[in-house]
Amino acid sequence: MIAGLARADAGSAAVMGADVVADYRRARRMLGVVPQELVFDPFFSVRETLRIQSGYYGIRGNDAWIDEVMHHLDLTAKADANMRSLSGGMKRRVLVAQALVHKPPVIVLDEPTAGVDVELRQGLWQFVRRLNRDGHTIVLTTHYLEEAEAYCSRIAMLKAGRVAALDSTANLLKSFSGSQMKLRLDREQLPQGFPGEVVSRDGAAFVLKLKNFQEVESALAKLREANVEIIEMELQPPDLEDVFLRLTGK
Amino acid sequence: MISFQTLFYKEVLRFWKVSVQTVAAPVLTALLYLVIFGHALEGRLAAFSGIDYASFLVPGLVMMSVLQNAFANSSSSLMQSKITGNIVFVLLPPISYLEFFAAYVLAAIVRGLVVGAGVMLVTVWFVDLHLAAPLWTLAFGLASAALAGALGLIAGIFSDKVDQLAAFQNFVILPLTMLSGVFYSVQALPEPWARLSHFNPFFYMVDGFRYGFFGIGDLSPWLSLAIVAASFFFVSLLCVLLLRSGYKLRW
Repeated sequence: MIAGLARADAGSAAVMGADVVADYRRARRMLGVVPQELVFDPFFSVRETLRIQSGYYGIRGNDAWIDEVMHHLDLTAKADANMRSLSGGMKRRVLVAQALVHKPPVIVLDEPTAGVDVELRQGLWQFVRRLNRDGHTIVLTTHYLEEAEAYCSRIAMLKAGRVAALDSTANLLKSFSGSQMKLRLDREQLPQGFPGEVVSRDGAAFVLKLKNFQEVESALAKLREANVEIIEMELQPPDLEDVFLRLTGK
Repeated sequence: MISFQTLFYKEVLRFWKVSVQTVAAPVLTALLYLVIFGHALEGRLAAFSGIDYASFLVPGLVMMSVLQNAFANSSSSLMQSKITGNIVFVLLPPISYLEFFAAYVLAAIVRGLVVGAGVMLVTVWFVDLHLAAPLWTLAFGLASAALAGALGLIAGIFSDKVDQLAAFQNFVILPLTMLSGVFYSVQALPEPWARLSHFNPFFYMVDGFRYGFFGIGDLSPWLSLAIVAASFFFVSLLCVLLLRSGYKLRW
């Protein structure tokens, strides 16, 4: 909808203040989209594809930038190869390059790593981080929560087409998850007034959910007071998967 | 403007890269028609008086090639882009629907005229042909290629599968060209076929185009050109409205 590939039944959208319908020329010039499907035009070489794409955005003589983008995406060696002859990973890189020919301030990556090998994935993230550092806004859609957690500063979670949560990554992790503490004690009972919520228990092994580190501290204090010996302890930091499951679970 | 020029350039480059299939093949087909029908039908089918059948046939074959290739260019290009998904490359950039329309139709005209010129070039040696009114030839060549290109664009928009496009080509375009007087003078047809032919817009294209060569035709070239132009206007209007609505292109 933002890119103009679909029409909104209601409401409006804007890219950096440019309405995507009323001011579509400005909106689309500020937007680069890497589509999810591996699409390509079999009639042209990599360089031709990028030159033509530049022309669509009204840019002529874009070769210096095209060369730079190809260099960063490791495409230089394939510049004159026909699109048909490229491997899937290479085609994906060309799609990224196509989205960047007009130096858009906003870049949408639609599941860029789906079915992509490890090497390309890492190279891609490196390049995307660079773009982000240079001031480009990156919108990433993904099913891999680790990716979102590792790279995104703000996250929206969608469930059945509705936004279930939208906040900074840190806030999401803080507000919804809390740490998980695994404990093995010298007895099968926790002291009275022990903080947190018991998730599971197997003999003297407990798994607890704690809201924050203060609770961790008071839990340890309680154990000390009651003279309980800790045989094994493990603290797991919160992760987005918990947040997601909790938000969309029921 | 650069967006439009680039899209036009890309469309021309696309067919030029496979010119054996898109230019050489239709030229050879037309040559075969001339060699076979020109000999087999000489004296059997009605031409204009004083003109031998092969000479009469050549302008018809040229026009048939122009129409079929202009139609094939816009329709198959759009259709292939839709099937392979690379249509997003032209949907994402700031290209207006009018630029889109103009670029596809103009590229179709180029392909139609290139093939038409090719057919003329290889057939003209076999017949005794002069251009009595070259401006009419050019006007009808251009207008007809434009109309076929716009029709192709509509067919490309509607078709989701190759066989839908093939149906459009084989059940609409081919009968209309074959029955437009490419191979005969419509005046010689019995009723109701002569009268029915006047409902076929392709008839006016062929007749007007032929007028450019012989200075005679079944109808006045002004009338034919007016009808062809009006047809182009209506087909274009429909096409532009479809493109503006994003029908089958933007969801």
